[in-house]
Amino acid sequence: MKRRQFVQAGAAFGSAALVAGCAAPGMSRGPKVVVIGGGYGGATAAKYLRMWSDYSIDVTLVEPNAAFVSCPISNLVIGGSKTIADITTPYDSLARRHGVKIVRGMASAIDAEKRVVKLAGGGELPYDRVIVSPGVDFMWETLPGMNRPGAQDKVLHGWKAGPQTLALRRQLEAMPDGGVFAMAIPLAPYRCPPGPYERACQVAHYFSKAKPRSKVLVLDANDDVTSKGPLFKKAWTDRYKNIVEYRPKHKAVDVDVATNTLKFEFNDDLKAAVLNVIPNMRAGDIAAKTGLATANKRWCEVDFLTFESKAVKNVHVLGDAVQSAPLMPKSAHMANQHGKTCAAAVIALLTGKAANPLPIYNNTCYSFVSDEDVVHVASVHRYDADQKTMITVPGSGGVSTAASELEGRYAMAWARNIWADTLV
Amino acid sequence: MHRFRLTAACLAIALPAAGSLAQAPDALQVRSWAGACANCHGTNGNALAGNEPLAGMKREDIVQKMLDFKNGRKPATVMHQLSKGYTDEQIAAIAGYFAAQKKGTP
Repeated sequence: MKRRQFVQAGAAFGSAALVAGCAAPGMSRGPKVVVIGGGYGGATAAKYLRMWSDYSIDVTLVEPNAAFVSCPISNLVIGGSKTIADITTPYDSLARRHGVKIVRGMASAIDAEKRVVKLAGGGELPYDRVIVSPGVDFMWETLPGMNRPGAQDKVLHGWKAGPQTLALRRQLEAMPDGGVFAMAIPLAPYRCPPGPYERACQVAHYFSKAKPRSKVLVLDANDDVTSKGPLFKKAWTDRYKNIVEYRPKHKAVDVDVATNTLKFEFNDDLKAAVLNVIPNMRAGDIAAKTGLATANKRWCEVDFLTFESKAVKNVHVLGDAVQSAPLMPKSAHMANQHGKTCAAAVIALLTGKAANPLPIYNNTCYSFVSDEDVVHVASVHRYDADQKTMITVPGSGGVSTAASELEGRYAMAWARNIWADTLV
Repeated sequence: MHRFRLTAACLAIALPAAGSLAQAPDALQVRSWAGACANCHGTNGNALAGNEPLAGMKREDIVQKMLDFKNGRKPATVMHQLSKGYTDEQIAAIAGYFAAQKKGTP
């Protein structure tokens, strides 16, 4: 091929690839994007921003943890069939393979006027666009007793995988046979709708093997199981008949930590050997602080074509923190999809183009009802231009017909692949 | 040979962008659609053990499998439910993307 033709070909490609050919991982002189939060949403966005811009966008990921610990599969660590190492993936591949600059720390503020992210440890990161993937933080004000000194170290949520996952496991191991494990579930929406019910199965599985006289009490603020209801109820009846008891319409409003007692809006107090209180949730602190949490002061409203905040320009929000579209769960799988959709849109916007007008993506969510048998829920979501939101595609999606070991193998394949797609 | 292939590749990207977005999906839109499969099937279709790698698979084979899932001819745990969320044209476009990907390490 002659040089002149090559130049023409390059020009034709210009619309599809940014500064193609002269950028390699680590060489970044292009537009700057800062990603706050290296969970399923943020880490995916960082990787795909680099990859899909042919490594021309300068991407900095701000993340406090040294390694990624997965919430999906973490209930199996609590149940004892997996270890924390099984659900941990280092961040170094994002830096080494994709040239993402990783800043270990917390973002303390976003100055949207000056377009800088301020770091808790001092220093500022300038941006052309910032992607906020802050996950959830807890509304402790709705459980007054949990604000007493030491309360949050004694009564655990286990709803962010990591030290609390291990600590809750230790509490179960220390509990004598014949004890009661009581779990309080908040009103929807919360992170991972089926997660509490899967946890009930995992704890019951552990009790059935190691502490068969013990009980699992599920105290749900909702009117019924919020996800995969018939499948979970069948597991409790068929597998854990004398262990699991499910009580709907039990809204926890306080915890007496000294006596390990749950207090409810309408029901009698309940004392247990091990309490697991999953508090009400909202978008992570940095989102709330930046004025992004516009829906009930809890969740962040976004344009689903770009994930740009409806409140603050040049700021995008991903994952559980987003005010979800109808029937869109707050799930890891969905956050990963948000990350890619946002990455593609940010690349388009930074090069003066329109974002993809028709995003389509799916959700697949597996739950373990024992150490190997699994059920799932799946759905496909597409943008609806009239309603300006994501809707589920009619006729698509569904749940398992029954729990199976085959789906257990697919669930672990899902985990391995989403960890790699997000982080490697 | 090289020249022809490059020209064809340019056309494939340039033509749909010039036409109506609603009718012919452009290359970047298809890349985004295909990206949604990567959670289970690996980045660019290079899956880790346990799920089917799609990178470098023949386009017509992917299309056939997806249509079989969609029409209930092929039993599945999840794919019969997900395939119903896509039109036949979207399936063909996504299949074309994976067929063009290099097999490699995930």
